[in-house]
Amino acid sequence: MSKDDVLLRVDHLVKHFPIMQGIIISKQVGAVRAVDDISFDIRRGETLGLVGESGCGKSTTGRTILQLYRPTSGHVYYNDVDLTTLKGSALRPMRAKMQMIFQDPYASLNPRMTVGEIVGEPLVVHKWGGTREINQRVDELLTQVGLNPAFANRYPHEFSGGQRQRIGVARSLALKPDLIVCDEPISALDVSIQAQVVNLLEDLQDQLGLTYLFIAHDLSMVRHISDRVAVMYLGILAELADRAELYLNPLHPYTQALLSAVPIPDPVAEEKRARIILEGDVPSPANPPSGCHFRTRCPIAQPLCAEQKPEWRELRPDHFVACHFAT
Amino acid sequence: MAPKVLEVKDLATEFKTRDGIVHAVNGVSFELHEGETLGIVGESACGKTVTVLSILGLIPNPPGRVVSGTAHYLGKDLLKMSDEEIRFIRGAQISMVFQDPMTSFNPVLTIGRQVAEPIEIHQGVSRKEALERAGELLALVGIPNAKDRLADYPHQFSGGMRQRAMIAMALACSPTVLIADEPTTALDVTIQAQIIDIVKRLRDQLGMAIIWITHDLGIIAGLAQRVNVMYGGCIVEEAVVKELYGNPQHPYTLGLIGSLPRLDASTHTRLISIDGAPPILMQKPTSCPFAPRCTFVVDRCRQENPPLLSFDTHHRVACWVDPKTGGPRS
Ligand SMILES: Nc1ncnc2c1ncn2[C@@H]1O[C@H](COP(=O)(O)OP(=O)(O)OP(=O)(O)O)[C@@H](O)[C@H]1O
Ligand SMILES: Nc1ncnc2c1ncn2[C@@H]1O[C@H](COP(=O)(O)OP(=O)(O)O)[C@@H](O)[C@H]1O
Ligand code: SF4
Ligand code: SF4
Ligand SMILES: [Mg+2]
Ligand SMILES: [Mg+2]
Repeated sequence: MSKDDVLLRVDHLVKHFPIMQGIIISKQVGAVRAVDDISFDIRRGETLGLVGESGCGKSTTGRTILQLYRPTSGHVYYNDVDLTTLKGSALRPMRAKMQMIFQDPYASLNPRMTVGEIVGEPLVVHKWGGTREINQRVDELLTQVGLNPAFANRYPHEFSGGQRQRIGVARSLALKPDLIVCDEPISALDVSIQAQVVNLLEDLQDQLGLTYLFIAHDLSMVRHISDRVAVMYLGILAELADRAELYLNPLHPYTQALLSAVPIPDPVAEEKRARIILEGDVPSPANPPSGCHFRTRCPIAQPLCAEQKPEWRELRPDHFVACHFAT
Repeated sequence: MAPKVLEVKDLATEFKTRDGIVHAVNGVSFELHEGETLGIVGESACGKTVTVLSILGLIPNPPGRVVSGTAHYLGKDLLKMSDEEIRFIRGAQISMVFQDPMTSFNPVLTIGRQVAEPIEIHQGVSRKEALERAGELLALVGIPNAKDRLADYPHQFSGGMRQRAMIAMALACSPTVLIADEPTTALDVTIQAQIIDIVKRLRDQLGMAIIWITHDLGIIAGLAQRVNVMYGGCIVEEAVVKELYGNPQHPYTLGLIGSLPRLDASTHTRLISIDGAPPILMQKPTSCPFAPRCTFVVDRCRQENPPLLSFDTHHRVACWVDPKTGGPRS
């Protein structure tokens, strides 16, 4: 995972959702600024974690990267090809290389399709081969994710949450992608099942050289699975660093508060911890604060923070932060 | 240890469903002492909520039924009380914060009215005084400009604010016992930290006992003095916190602790995963509920459900095997 071996480059990406009003003649009265100018790289073979509180724009980032949403502005380069300029048939082969695993293993599988049909669907759509080859590939995929290939004729409701998530993983692997966006793949699962899925994702990465964008709100799990971690707040990136560096040297006041808020399952460690308690709630992304988006909850905010948007800068080698006062 | 406020013995609760009987809780026994915080941890559907709803006489019947057990609150069995008696206890002495704050507020009444109501009923004060007290309580749980928000409706509050208002309502009559059922599971972690901070402060000020239900072993580590671990409708291990995390005895507890990544881990170690899935409780357990997933399983586990027995002072475990040796527990 060399620093220069970039698989995907996100450059000043913006995604706003219009807020419409009026029934007969509807007109735009504002915008939800779900993603509001973010830039980062994903390196070949790495896991980049993306954490942040609900509604901060993580899923929108993932979907806009995959061009499931078209960006409002900015660029997404995949192996130096700008995906935002591609349309229809030019985009299709690129889409095969980038897949997504979704949060809800119950809602994301079509209940009327068998497991075999679900896993084989991308192969059929992309005309990957004949029926026999496709069936063979489905068997191989089910085995790869630790499911019995004999399950191919069963329906999703016959499976537990963890097994359904494995089906989702098998489908995402069908076209041999390079990049998988994992959008909260374990949030809906029981604790004892989460580790099964995380271990599976790690094993598959080792075997197949996959690159992951791993989205979650559980910082402990993100830190566990990621090589580098990006922290998102209200549509912007607050900080990005190596997993160890982020934990040992958090530079952004939000990262510091977030780290201190995560409980550690060890009463001895918990006794010694000091918590930074943030006040208030996350503001609405339809009307984010001027200047620094975090300023309404930031314990060290200054007048400058309301006037000027902090720059996204590389304060230390490979450690990026957006705060006027980070040193 | 401080005197007992609550003593639950052999509690069992069932539900009749289309597919058969769900044995949700299967002989649960535990105690709660004055001023103590007891955690109940376990995965989805292991019987945490049904346990506390049973104690409070809140199991919908039909389909549910408490089939056995006692639950003594300050010496009196809650399960034998009349509807009127238990309603009085629920309003004023044992109060509960529910898993889903949206369903526990009435959407068409103001927050102020709903927090004030129990005060008016149980403390016999005027509506005006009760509202004033409601404003103070909302301020106490950290709602900014609380007095001005009394006229708000639940949908005007954020998830975190609703949960704080729920806690205010639960505290309205200074209860002896607060039961909190996953009150922070749906919230972001910085909001969760706010709420836990408030609860800890109030606990120290008011001296109430707390039962805190969660699936998050992290929260319990920083909040509770003692923990019950539940699996398949049974308590499988019970200990003071340091003992449970430092010297876990039940294979399920061991697996659960091993499956959690730690924020403060300095190296990457593979997580321990527990194979298989939790049981669906359609049969009365005649064997250890964890047997299908347990790596220590022996023949006896499939024949008899192990009772919860003392392993040490303040530490009980329900398992036939000593995980250190793999041999029988002596
Ligand atoms: N009203 C009901 N009718 C039928 N079955 C029920 C009912 N309420 C609970 N159960 C069943 O009882 C079992 C225990 O449920 P309970 O709500 O106590 O779980 P829990 O441990 O609180 O889980 P969670 O962490 O998901 O809240 C489950 O199998 C559940 O499906
Ligand atoms: N399709 C959409 N239309 C309008 N608003 C949306 C849409 N998708 C997301 N949003 C809004 O954008 C913001 C960011 O959402 P999302 O990316 O889903 O956050 P996260 O995944 O971090 O929880 C939220 O305010 C959300 O309501
Ligand atoms: S720029 Fe200002 S408000 Fe934003 S994080 Fe830094 S100090 Fe806080
Ligand atoms: S009783 Fe047997 S099956 Fe149950 S936890 Fe102990 S060793 Fe495992
Ligand atoms: Mg999301
Ligand atoms: Mg519950």
